Amino acid sequence: MKTHLRRLDTTALVYLALVGVLIISAVLVATTGRSFFSPGNIRDILTGMSVLGFVAIGQTLVILGASLDLSVPYVMSLASLVAAQTMNGNDAMVLPAVLLTLVVTACIGLANGLIVTVLGVHGFVATLGVGLMLKGYLDTNYQGTEGSVPWSFQLFGATGIGPVPISTIVMLALAGLVGFILVRTRFGHHLFAVGGNSEVARLSGVRQRLPLIGAHIGSSVCAGLAGLLLASRLGVGSPTVGSQGSYDLLSIAAVVLGGTVLMGGRGSIWGTIGGVAIFAVLDNLMSVMQFNPFLKDVIRGLVIIIAVALYARRRVIARRIRFIRSPTGPIIAAGSEPNGLEPNGLEPNRSEADISEAAGAHNGTGPVLDQESAPDQESASGHRSAPDHERSQG
Amino acid sequence: MNPRIPETHLGDGGLRQLLRRAADPRGAVVILLIVILIAIVVLNPGFAEPGALMRFIQRVSPVAIVAIGQYFVIVSGEFDLSMGAVVTAQVMTAGYLIGEDDSKTVPVLIIMLVIGVVVGLVNGLVTTLLKVPSFIVTLGTMLVIHGGVMWWTGGAATGNPAESFRQLGRGGIEGLPILDLLPYAVLILLAVTVFAVWISRRPFGRTVVAIGDNAQAVSFAGANVWRTKTLAFVLSSLAATVAGVLLAGYAGVHPSVGQGYEFTAITAVVLGGVVLGGGRGTVLGALIGAFTLESLFTLLNFTAVPATMRDAIQGAIIIAAVAYSGVVFAKKHKRPTTSANEPRDPGTTSAGAPSPIQLTGGDGAARK
Repeated sequence: MKTHLRRLDTTALVYLALVGVLIISAVLVATTGRSFFSPGNIRDILTGMSVLGFVAIGQTLVILGASLDLSVPYVMSLASLVAAQTMNGNDAMVLPAVLLTLVVTACIGLANGLIVTVLGVHGFVATLGVGLMLKGYLDTNYQGTEGSVPWSFQLFGATGIGPVPISTIVMLALAGLVGFILVRTRFGHHLFAVGGNSEVARLSGVRQRLPLIGAHIGSSVCAGLAGLLLASRLGVGSPTVGSQGSYDLLSIAAVVLGGTVLMGGRGSIWGTIGGVAIFAVLDNLMSVMQFNPFLKDVIRGLVIIIAVALYARRRVIARRIRFIRSPTGPIIAAGSEPNGLEPNGLEPNRSEADISEAAGAHNGTGPVLDQESAPDQESASGHRSAPDHERSQG
Repeated sequence: MNPRIPETHLGDGGLRQLLRRAADPRGAVVILLIVILIAIVVLNPGFAEPGALMRFIQRVSPVAIVAIGQYFVIVSGEFDLSMGAVVTAQVMTAGYLIGEDDSKTVPVLIIMLVIGVVVGLVNGLVTTLLKVPSFIVTLGTMLVIHGGVMWWTGGAATGNPAESFRQLGRGGIEGLPILDLLPYAVLILLAVTVFAVWISRRPFGRTVVAIGDNAQAVSFAGANVWRTKTLAFVLSSLAATVAGVLLAGYAGVHPSVGQGYEFTAITAVVLGGVVLGGGRGTVLGALIGAFTLESLFTLLNFTAVPATMRDAIQGAIIIAAVAYSGVVFAKKHKRPTTSANEPRDPGTTSAGAPSPIQLTGGDGAARK
């Protein structure tokens, strides 16, 4: 049984965890004499998924590229304001407003991407800085909610097919699209390659900057979509709607909960959706059980740590078996952490290339790149097929 | 500014070397600090009086102490996002447990220190032994600590703790000749700084920096990576605890005290030339970063810039600082270094020293 579990890849584990959480929730809710799977409750869970889902899809792109996006809450607030002010209750302005919002958020993403790639600023600092700038702008120019959203656009957040809200369907469709892009297009493969090891990707002939800029634009646009959804639910634009939900940290937590490696290069969209679903189910459970809101945070924090601690070791093994299957490719060290030296009992497979790869992956996250280092080039030629292995993952 | 000036021609090189130091990111932040301080004094001459300066340092102390704590974690290549929550938790603990009872001050102080150590141990051990990324661990502990304290105290301000406890944060030694009043906070900051500089020159401090640069190389070299990193996390939450004690006295007990301190601390540390991802940076750099950030905010208070733009300026500054040090570093990196095999960065603890940063040789060798 244990070896079977070990062979499962991370995404399957995430969904196994989701099923576990669902069962626990159903039992707990049943003890209060209510049904967890009533249509109303399912709709609540799916509604809870959609906003965080949009943000987390974008965050997955950025994290796969070994960056981060801490500016999402402010992008969301700005998007809700831009949309609500442009629409201003006018049905005819819905489409222009949506397009304008997407363009504005894409520009913010472009700025993030350029700061990260061209100026070489760590994604954490770059997006924290851009986020703070947006916050300053929002706080200075808006005192409260502004604009208004016409009824036709409010339907986006309010209607559904049966128990499934439209917004969740759109979110899942977006996840499918992004998943397809990651697994089937050159942009996706390059993003995996750059996230795994930027220097190796460069030496293999991949332009390092473009995928990362694209990922940042994608992340901001996804945050913009989340902002649009929030505007449609609230009926107005609000300068604090994003930061109130602390979507920056929660989306990162959901992505990591979904099995994507924070150091970049490994992960999948569907894992992220699973992570978002786990959060949504937990939130719903705690609301139904009427937990103290502060206690909710405690449980959320514990779940994040425990869940990721459970994956952290297993992930290494799941990956390793996949790579051994490939007949020609070299074995890639799956040490996702810079200090991932404990190979979990798979010592014989460790080669010199592994170690240099792991070390390279560590240094590849910062501007501290060692261009003359010989081991890096060795591993570069050896690992050229690395992106191909990732193909089976999205 | 030509970075290729050979260091041997020092006939008229004194000035050149000074310029070189100024162009170094760590030198640049010192210059930025001086420029800001001068600007403040020009706008408000009263600021230069010793008493006002002391009050300024007193106000900066909590941020500076948190930044020094964050330094040890950042330089080892990790993050500590739980610092703000620890500060809040300690402030609330003080307010809740001490109440008006002076005799409880010392026992509660001990409890607070124990809380700090436990939080640091959890952060460190989960990060190192369970191999969870520290970003996620400390994000989780942030939620747990903040939620837990709010749940326990009901999330409301609970009145101020006893006066003897508050004296640490707001009081001082009175009746001095020039200063008039020497705040305890300044003394505590001094003690923390001296301790941090001392420990960063000890084997522990060197090992932390080396781990941030290349943890594998350090573990091959026989150092204990997990123990060192865990200690760094403990230092970080202890610093947050000390800051909490000061803030409970200075700002009073309120659930919003300490909010956002983790990001302020990271901003200060990064501004002081410490590199996210670890391996480069100094304690004094973090200290100067904190002072630069706070003096910038003070300057903004004296100008007509609306208070809400404070965040925007903080954001722009942090990006500019990191971009600048990245550009300078790239220039240095391309320069063929003759001293590549020397032990790297002897000036780990002196912010002003233009220590040549040499990763080419050391790093390449370490990877094999």
